[in-house]
Amino acid sequence: MDYFIELFLSGLTRGSIYALIALGYTMVYGIIGLINFAHGEIYMIGAFTSFIVATTLSIYGFPLAAIVVVAGVAAAIWSSAYGYTVEKIAYKPLRHAPRLAPLISAIGMSILLQNYVLLAQTSDFLAFPALIPEFAFMEPVAHIIGSSDLVILITTAVVMLALTLFIKFTRIGKAMRATAQDRTMALLVGINVDRVISATFILGSALAAIGGLLIASHIGQINFAIGFIAGIKAFTAAVLGGIGSIPGAVLGSLVLGLTESFATGYVSSDYEDVFAFSLLVLILIFKPSGLLGKADTKKV
Amino acid sequence: MMMTVKEIKKSLLVSLWFVFLTFPIMVIKVNPIERTVTWRWSNVLYVAVGSFVISLLAKAWLVRKARAAGRQQAACQARASILQELLHRPGYRYPLIIMFSGLALAFPHLFSTYQANIMTTALMYIVLGLGLNIVVGVAGLLDLGYVAFYAIGAYSYALLNLNFHLGFWAALPIGGLLAALFGLLLGFPVLRLRGDYLAIVTLGFGEIIRLVLENWNAFSKGPSGISNIPRPGFFGLEMSLDHAMIYMYYLMIGLVLLTVFVVNRLQHSRLGRAWLALREDEIACQAMGIDKTRIKLTAFALGAFWAGLVGVIFAAKTTFVNPASFTFLESAIILAIVVLGGMGSIVGVICSALILTLLPEYLRALSEYRMLAFGAILVAMMIFKPEGLIAAVRRTYRFHERKSVAALQDDE
Amino acid sequence: MMNKRMSKPILDVSGLTMDFGGIRALDHLDFDVQATEIVALIGPNGAGKTTLFNCLTGIYQPTDGEIRLACPKTGQQTRLNGLKPNKITEKGMARTFQNIRLFSQMTVLENVMIGRHCRTHSLILGAILRNRKTREEEQETIHKSYEILEKVGLAGQVDELAGNLSYGAQRRLEIARALATEPFLLLLDEPAAGMNPQETVELVTLIRQIRDEGHAILLIEHDMKLVMTLSDRVVVMDYGEKIAEGTPEQIRTNREVIKAYLGEDGE
Ligand SMILES: Nc1ncnc2c1ncn2[C@@H]1O[C@H](COP(=O)(O)OP(=O)(O)OP(=O)(O)O)[C@@H](O)[C@H]1O
Ligand SMILES: [Mg+2]
Repeated sequence: MDYFIELFLSGLTRGSIYALIALGYTMVYGIIGLINFAHGEIYMIGAFTSFIVATTLSIYGFPLAAIVVVAGVAAAIWSSAYGYTVEKIAYKPLRHAPRLAPLISAIGMSILLQNYVLLAQTSDFLAFPALIPEFAFMEPVAHIIGSSDLVILITTAVVMLALTLFIKFTRIGKAMRATAQDRTMALLVGINVDRVISATFILGSALAAIGGLLIASHIGQINFAIGFIAGIKAFTAAVLGGIGSIPGAVLGSLVLGLTESFATGYVSSDYEDVFAFSLLVLILIFKPSGLLGKADTKKV
Repeated sequence: MMMTVKEIKKSLLVSLWFVFLTFPIMVIKVNPIERTVTWRWSNVLYVAVGSFVISLLAKAWLVRKARAAGRQQAACQARASILQELLHRPGYRYPLIIMFSGLALAFPHLFSTYQANIMTTALMYIVLGLGLNIVVGVAGLLDLGYVAFYAIGAYSYALLNLNFHLGFWAALPIGGLLAALFGLLLGFPVLRLRGDYLAIVTLGFGEIIRLVLENWNAFSKGPSGISNIPRPGFFGLEMSLDHAMIYMYYLMIGLVLLTVFVVNRLQHSRLGRAWLALREDEIACQAMGIDKTRIKLTAFALGAFWAGLVGVIFAAKTTFVNPASFTFLESAIILAIVVLGGMGSIVGVICSALILTLLPEYLRALSEYRMLAFGAILVAMMIFKPEGLIAAVRRTYRFHERKSVAALQDDE
Repeated sequence: MMNKRMSKPILDVSGLTMDFGGIRALDHLDFDVQATEIVALIGPNGAGKTTLFNCLTGIYQPTDGEIRLACPKTGQQTRLNGLKPNKITEKGMARTFQNIRLFSQMTVLENVMIGRHCRTHSLILGAILRNRKTREEEQETIHKSYEILEKVGLAGQVDELAGNLSYGAQRRLEIARALATEPFLLLLDEPAAGMNPQETVELVTLIRQIRDEGHAILLIEHDMKLVMTLSDRVVVMDYGEKIAEGTPEQIRTNREVIKAYLGEDGE
């Protein structure tokens, strides 16, 4: 039974991280209908930035609390800046181009960012500093849930709540919902669609950066290529939940995290990634609108 | 090139932004084990100057393009490139072709075997590029898992040889056909999907094939791969390594010629027209009575076929295959070849395959930046020159007598 | 109001309904088209006319109702529900699009040649070997496409890219492309939209000529003058329902129609 609970909790943790990344895919898709292939790289850059900042600060002898806060903020700021820039360079000029163009550009951006980090930093795996301490009060349950799992679960829950409130009640959040529903209409009622798109990229990138920081400190190492698999899995989660739907992304992520956790725990860990890819292929073929998405007829 | 002060100011701001953006990753380098921090301040200067210049150039290009479009109004009329013009002029066509073939035939004798070997690799990429060009360039289906078919070809030769001692020449068509078959099998469920989903599913498929090869030890020998694959024989003749290399080279020349011939004829046929139409507008295409699934499947399988062939040749050339040769990046390189050359343009794809494979070989200093450049090429081409270096030219049909006999005239 | 009919209709629609989420775009629509008849379909913006075309041609799957097509030569009747768009075109019904959907990067001639696709057969091997049969088929495709282009007055621009044509010429190319599929029923979605008066007059002649060659035509149009001079019968739609049907004279004086068009010019 303990093993089951352990797998369940680790599945939830996994799922929460996927959710933080999947939200970026789903929000961008909801607004401009593009699969942002470079989103996994934004997450990787978030992890790298927090790694660089945290390690530097710790070498210069700053206290842990300060390191965590500064590294988190820095990761969010720079990831957002990258997300914003990627949109301006690679997607905005192609808004009216033939349908393949932005996709190819997005793949190019993903390769570009990966290799940029590889060249500017290193191709080695780097040890990520332990930013989350082992809490004493967690001692009795340490065999089924680690402190970092707890922190990840709580952080994700708080972030999700904040995001929901943001989208529901702020001006820009409302503008996002309006744009997602009907871009032409949003333009007509005077919403600055360019600003909304930028805001979406910034928000999605910041969430991915938090995911990057959390998972890096959870796993303990990073590398320039981590964005690829994480990106695909998060995308799988987003599609599973119904791309374009925010609750769908969260639900899909949790489902994916749990199934992965149980499959690797009870079946075999060799095919962990094959499993996620196969799930993706199957959903797209049999239920492309996902769990919570709505099937739409394209207007002709 | 006239630049206003305003544009220069803007570029300065862009440059400042990039200095900020790249700051942590370009400037700071930490070593967590030795606990040292290196501040690479000189990188700030490189980023600043680099982004300033690129921003100015990009703007100048876009201004020029907008002006050209305004002048012609009809900017979509693609003009033939010089090379294509020359190939079309009857007086030049044959001398040019003879010159190129002479050069190609003499190549291994003019240069070392090592050079011929590099050239063989470039020729392999030409065929891969032409194959993917059918799928992406002509039919407009973004296939990001093309490398899977390449892997299927390579592994079918490796495994058929290992288990059944099948020779190269027997394995060559089998590899191609198996890849095509896999193309059909994958295509059947997947080709109903929208373009972007198709891209992701094919990417997933490519990764699944690679991961299976990596993990299914009993079948594929896992990550360590299969070695001692024999090179192609020539009527049972024993060959030295040098001669075998040169033999491979001529083999590839032959395959390139065959591919160009076949692909050219396909593109200029009833089927090729339907692919183009499909790329432009799926709904109109269906309304014109074209069975979209069937046409897509043919494109997919035909593209996969060439990858399978080259896969067999790859296995024979390196005498060794392992899953690490078939990563997503390989698909990305082939995609970059198609995009740089010009979607649907045979001459363009040949040129860009040569550029993208030979340039990093001969400019060793550049090879480190190879993948960075491929990424940048994909983005830059889409923004600045989506039609590619050498755009495909629409075919025209000449009418000898009004309304009676119409003669065919080929492009490319 | 119904005319007396002698023959079986070539297109027979009954109870056709189409829902988009909560919106009912077509509401139990019944109508038919006879061989070599010109039927006009009119109605205010958003009445569901284009949606009807999309359902007929298999681009949308209707929520409910029956669509039957009968070949006037063989008399063979087919139920179109659930068929793919290309199958429907093969059966003999072709269309044009309201928001022009040409293959703009292909030449004018090639656009029409695409229309010949479903009437020709050469495949991969034929394409590679270019054997006699393939060559002859290709010749015939070019030949027939050229003839159609002459008919619609585009023979002088065969090598032009379709995207470079004037608006009116693009509309005519859409018709040419549809004709190339050899339909016995041609659906035209606002063929005169964006045409100048001169072009519209030519269009009327063209449509008449097409009908005289034995095609039936179902036509959506906002230009009332065109509708009244051209059509044998008019079907009026509003909010997805058929509100009137009859000869142009009957429609001109119909109360319901005037009400639906209130504020707009009835004439
Ligand atoms: N794919 C779709 N999804 C949702 N609603 C749709 C779709 N296609 C059409 N509609 C709706 O169906 C109704 C009918 O639209 P339709 O285009 O058929 O009108 P129409 O009669 O052709 O108008 P117009 O004269 O302006 O062309 C409209 O309210 C439209 O918004
Ligand atoms: Mg309409």
